[in-house]
Amino acid sequence: MSVGAVEATKAQPVKKRHEPAVKAIRRSFSSPIASFLVILLSVVWTIPTFGLLVTSFRPEGDVASTGWWTVFTDPDLTLSNYQTVLFEATFGGGTTGLMPYVINSLAITIPGTIFPLVVASMAAYALAWVRFKGSDVLFFLIFALQVVPLQLALIPLLQLYSSGKIGGVQLFPESLQLTGSYWPVWLSHTMFAMPLAIFLLHNFISQLPREVMEAATVDGADHFRVFRTIVLPLAAPALASFAIFQFLWVWNDLLVGLTFAGGSQDVAPLTARLLQLSGSFGSRWHLLTAGAFVSIVVPLIVFFSLQRYFVRGLLAGSVKG
Amino acid sequence: MSGSTVLLADGTLSDFGTKFWEVLQALAIFLGVLALIFFAAGRAVGRISRPLTITVFLGPAILLIMIGLIVPAIRTIYLSTKNSDSTKGVGFDNYTWAFTNGDIQRVLINTLLWIVIAPVVTTVLGLAVALMVDRLKGQAIYKSLIFMPMAISFVGASIIWKFVYEARDPSQPQIGLLSQVAIALGWSHPPNWLLSIPLNTFLLMVIMVWTQTGFAMVVLAAAIRGIPADIVEAARVDGARGRKLLFKVTIPMIRSTLVVVLTTIMIMTLKIFDIVRTMTNGNFKTDVLANKMYSQSFVEFNNGRGSALAVILFLAVLPLVGYNIVQLRRERAIR
Repeated sequence: MSVGAVEATKAQPVKKRHEPAVKAIRRSFSSPIASFLVILLSVVWTIPTFGLLVTSFRPEGDVASTGWWTVFTDPDLTLSNYQTVLFEATFGGGTTGLMPYVINSLAITIPGTIFPLVVASMAAYALAWVRFKGSDVLFFLIFALQVVPLQLALIPLLQLYSSGKIGGVQLFPESLQLTGSYWPVWLSHTMFAMPLAIFLLHNFISQLPREVMEAATVDGADHFRVFRTIVLPLAAPALASFAIFQFLWVWNDLLVGLTFAGGSQDVAPLTARLLQLSGSFGSRWHLLTAGAFVSIVVPLIVFFSLQRYFVRGLLAGSVKG
Repeated sequence: MSGSTVLLADGTLSDFGTKFWEVLQALAIFLGVLALIFFAAGRAVGRISRPLTITVFLGPAILLIMIGLIVPAIRTIYLSTKNSDSTKGVGFDNYTWAFTNGDIQRVLINTLLWIVIAPVVTTVLGLAVALMVDRLKGQAIYKSLIFMPMAISFVGASIIWKFVYEARDPSQPQIGLLSQVAIALGWSHPPNWLLSIPLNTFLLMVIMVWTQTGFAMVVLAAAIRGIPADIVEAARVDGARGRKLLFKVTIPMIRSTLVVVLTTIMIMTLKIFDIVRTMTNGNFKTDVLANKMYSQSFVEFNNGRGSALAVILFLAVLPLVGYNIVQLRRERAIR
């Protein structure tokens, strides 16, 4: 399912043609029982998150002694958990609240989205429009690399960042000291995103109208100009879809952050810190729930405001396998 | 009190300033170098112009893929035949360990349970919702609610569910929802959920199902919408209704999408690490391959065993991804 195919199914005439069929299928599964089941499921699906949200606003004593559902009969809400968790908490062996980690997550996610987006769109353009001998084979090889689970790359990459060496080859001087900065995390996210990003963007960019491209070339524009002035603007929907997915992927990632940023408040993302906290003070739920909600709220905002792009990207196959 | 808060807020502000500056610098360097190369390469004429163009466009991606994926993957395979600090070759000892050690066998069995149960349950639930939701008034809201957990990180989702599974002594008021529901239903002494083997592994799978059902629902709903009208009409003329229509028409028509959804979730499940790490840290017999790989590599610092587990993970993913790709291509050919 390419992005293009999904666009096509959205187009009006096609939709109209399918309408009776869809209705027929719908009709055979719609009944009061079915409606009830769907509503029940969506309530059950929402309750856990709702419970977390409610708990994060309840005072410490209440959270420890009664269930969050008692809030309906005995409402008593406070913002102090967030104050503690963000700015003061000296819990879980740390000296600061979650604020430095929130900043880290942002600092990791923004370049972690822009770097792969730019590099992959360039590669996708070259593979689609600067045809050369072997470009098809190359595209297929890159596509096939999706089979490599990132676990397979972690140990050698970690060694590379700390020593500058991989398999005995010195790629950069050890004195560069990448470890402890954001660079290992940025680079890793960029590298791991490549196969899927190139594949998805290639699907879209290769479908751009040939006449537009040729007209530009006739006008004397070189590839660099075509890429900047024609491809990037026209591919904006696909770029946006991928950017949202990459943003959520990086923001929600734990494995890469934990491996390459450790737990230090200088670079570690929110997810890595939350993991530490859930282990070290699993019973202080008033703080843990507030902390968890801080990390959840950003993807939820992105999700609810950009749901359409999100769904479109999903249908185009933007799920990291 | 208020003084210390101000001080901390100041610290946060300067922390933010430093980090923001770092990000800005990185982006400026990256985009600046790129602009410079574009400018320079755009000036090139004659015979070198074309190869130069290809190098500039493709070079960075190829370099990143080589350094970030291909070379490390090969090196991990090599390291898997070495001892813990990679100083001595040990042949296939690490693999022998992985398949004979009782502890790891448990991990492999758990992983197998995960990749069979979680994806099947998720796909069936997703299909059911996709079929049932359509005629409902205000269906967008229900779809959003079921879809929402997909945006949440596995760490966040795990904390949400850890709270649901929180268990107290039955004589005290419960704060975990599951215990409360169990007691309300008449189970006077519900267990400490996360410590009950083997129930705990299934409770962890619930989190996976919870986050991915929305994904299955959205993709399958799109596939159902794509079934050609004449086929359904013909089946209806022939008298196919309800269950018959579902099993004889709808499911066969979306078969390849079903397989893609199933295998995609399987691949994701096979690599799942965050849920187990956050919920139990692999204790209480809940460990799975991806988490064990992390523990061996970065907690025990045994690069040999960690690498061997990573290779096993890779070999397990390989046929699934291959099949997934074939189905995806077939599906695209149909559309």
